[in-house]
Amino acid sequence: MALTVEGLAVERGGRLALVAPDFRVERGQAALIAGPNGAGKSTLLRAVAGLVRPLRGRVMLDGAGETGQHAAYAGHLDAVKPALSVRANLASWAALYGASEGVDAALESFGLSHIAASPAAYCSAGQKRRLGLARLLVTGRRVWLLDEPTVSLDAGASADFARIVAAHCAGGGIAVAATHVEMGLPAGPRIDLLPPAAPAADAVDPFLTGAWA
Amino acid sequence: MRALLFRDLRLALRIGGGGLMATAFFAMASLLIPIGIGGAAESLGRVAGGVIWVSALLACLLSLDRLFQADFEDGSLDHILLAPSPIEFSVLAKAAAHWLTTGAPLIVIAPLIGLTLNLAPSAFGALVLSLLIGTPALSLIGAVGAALTVGVRRGGLLLSLLVLPLYLPTMILGARAVERASTGLDPAAALYLSGAVTLAALAAAPFAAAAALRVNLR
Repeated sequence: MALTVEGLAVERGGRLALVAPDFRVERGQAALIAGPNGAGKSTLLRAVAGLVRPLRGRVMLDGAGETGQHAAYAGHLDAVKPALSVRANLASWAALYGASEGVDAALESFGLSHIAASPAAYCSAGQKRRLGLARLLVTGRRVWLLDEPTVSLDAGASADFARIVAAHCAGGGIAVAATHVEMGLPAGPRIDLLPPAAPAADAVDPFLTGAWA
Repeated sequence: MRALLFRDLRLALRIGGGGLMATAFFAMASLLIPIGIGGAAESLGRVAGGVIWVSALLACLLSLDRLFQADFEDGSLDHILLAPSPIEFSVLAKAAAHWLTTGAPLIVIAPLIGLTLNLAPSAFGALVLSLLIGTPALSLIGAVGAALTVGVRRGGLLLSLLVLPLYLPTMILGARAVERASTGLDPAAALYLSGAVTLAALAAAPFAAAAALRVNLR
């Protein structure tokens, strides 16, 4: 199993938001996306997940499209409902992804067992982040897309998470992480993104520029 | 799909007392209108069907802007779209949860509101039946509007402007059925047509809302 990205570019509001270099991540590897703010790291992850329709290029898993069916995404937002308990939050995601078990194991892995019954509203920012990341485990998906996963995690939790990602990769999974901090992920390709240059000619709708006239 | 339905029902019960808010708004709105137009018993009875239907429309609209927006704001929508169930089914589940927490409770108290508005005794059956047939269309058409305005700041107003005109057929047919029944005529034709509108919404709305969500997500 390998995740391949070829010639990917994403347009936003008539402007190129991302021009990604081609890369290939084999099973067991964790790719690292690096680049300054605005280079399109988040956009690249969303495009790989299929949440953003690319202007051109392809994202394939084992030579097939539809990576969204195999990907779990952890973005800037933790998707935590304050009104539900920590456990109910995770259980609702497990049910949505068709997994009935593994909720307690995931809570245990992320050190949330002791607050499982309390409302998520009382969680600290770090605990909410851990709850958001715990969803990765219950989805049972093979490709993890991580957008700045260690934000608001302390050093210990950060190291724990790196170990969880390593275990996921060792089990044949793939991880793609955009991060500014060295968190000790398994080996893998490094994808350096540069902010897209001035709008490319083919990125702009000719009707908008009048080039067709 | 069932998982999403249960999740939304559970969230609705925890936040805002489930259907209670919409029901209370419905009762309040339909009791305010007669105070505004005066309480003469015979004129009240004549407008009762229309008043109840307009109030049901507004109550339905009240919670509609949170249908996708709440999940969009906390990032849940991304994960719902990545989930194994097709987006069309997810839309259907969310619309069903919306109907169960707003439309269904309205139907339960509608006869009581009818009583206070001096609705003709012959029209109670048609009132409940017309709401039962018509209100699912409100949630379904509303889901399309909610999907179109997801991510729009203060999109609630825009949502109302988009959706209210599309509610017209359901409202006209529902109010017409009640009116015909209250004057002793057969309301069946209006009810059949209202059912047709609901079925058309059931067939088209999930696809339209899913398409709108795909466009809006970036």
